[in-house]
Amino acid sequence: MKIVKIATALILLVFAAGLNADGQCKAFAKRTCLPELGFYTHDGNYHATVLSEGEEAELYKTFFSDMEYRLSVCGDENLPPVQFTVIDANNNILFSSKESNNTKTWDFKLQSSQQLRIVLKVSSSGQQGGTPVQGCVAIMFGFKIKP
Amino acid sequence: MNRLLKISNSVLTFLIFFSLLLASCRSGGKGEKKDADSLVVSGADATVYEDIKQAEKIFYTLPSPLESAMLIKSAGALFEDNLLNPIENTKNYSTNKSMALNLGIYTCDLSFASLYDQTQLIINYMNAAKKMADGLGILDAISEEDIDKLEANIHNTDVIMDIVSQTYLNSNSYLEENSQPAIAAIVLAGGWLEGLYISTQLVDMKDFDGNKLVGRIIDQKLSVDILIRLLESNAGHPAVDELINEVKRVKVVFDKITLTTSPVRPEYDQTTNVTVLKSEVTSDLSPEVFQELSVLVAEIRSNLIK
Repeated sequence: MKIVKIATALILLVFAAGLNADGQCKAFAKRTCLPELGFYTHDGNYHATVLSEGEEAELYKTFFSDMEYRLSVCGDENLPPVQFTVIDANNNILFSSKESNNTKTWDFKLQSSQQLRIVLKVSSSGQQGGTPVQGCVAIMFGFKIKP
Repeated sequence: MNRLLKISNSVLTFLIFFSLLLASCRSGGKGEKKDADSLVVSGADATVYEDIKQAEKIFYTLPSPLESAMLIKSAGALFEDNLLNPIENTKNYSTNKSMALNLGIYTCDLSFASLYDQTQLIINYMNAAKKMADGLGILDAISEEDIDKLEANIHNTDVIMDIVSQTYLNSNSYLEENSQPAIAAIVLAGGWLEGLYISTQLVDMKDFDGNKLVGRIIDQKLSVDILIRLLESNAGHPAVDELINEVKRVKVVFDKITLTTSPVRPEYDQTTNVTVLKSEVTSDLSPEVFQELSVLVAEIRSNLIK
């Protein structure tokens, strides 16, 4: 009986821990990333996950020529800076935040619609040993009609 | 006895620690891993590429219903309410698949109505989307407060767009974070197909050449592959597998269009702080292929809203 109780508690604990980590990312994205979009309208899509230092995520999206976009990338405050790189269909780098003082946003518009790839990378803190720092990373897009 | 208790406590502590470790690993690695693309790069880009290795998580994202509706409006198309999925159909949707598809479809219809100031339709379609979200068990995706706020700001397009964006975000984040990525993918697919359906129906064939809306439809060729990859990342779910087959039929028609794009040249405008991605594109969509696409999308969509 005691074993059953312990096992149940354990399962609940694991489940709660998993949900908690994910739930934090939703709240984090809304609290931290959304305001960065400023006067741009958020498209409503949700892209957030938990990453450790040195880890990457990537995103594929079509951007349209009628629109002006703001891309916003955010990482938990305990994480080292999150860098992002924007790459076109021919693997040419169009923008790198690393070369722009680790900016968290990028405003752009397109002469013709393009499918682009955005690679996010949590920098390494450079500390040897120990457990790598882990936290939420989110990317959001805002748009407005080209003036 | 005390010794035995101490040992079992130690085991329990270890198990809890190990389980927490597992849980955190699950959160961090919930996306699929993929080998890095093989890249042959030289020059200045090479140092940036050195850092790009392997993605822990891959996002495939489609134009949201709001973005699709904005593209239709910016192309100069007029509003036609007979193109929307009638709200009376909500009572027909009882499976997770039909509710997810029609959550995407109704959200697209809601976005379309919002941008054209269709006040009564906005409220009706927000309620239809709410029924779908509630049916899927998405907690608080669209609250009564959202509906009240919508009614209070019914003539303020900016506030309405914010509410639509927030409710869509609530829905897809809830599904993603509650281990239902397949349902989330179906919602996105429903919204994308509805946007394609409305735009293809709004094209006036007498005004085909140089029609801006036709240009926006051609652009969807770029998204159809993303949609297939999104669905294939959730393959094995019966509803997703059915959708993959339908979307692949759409891709067959899109593949008849040739899109040629010149290399993209980023140019930073210091006065506006906006980078312009310059490139020229040519395409060859004939009226016949367009008609084929239009008929096929209408056929698929009629099955989705049954």
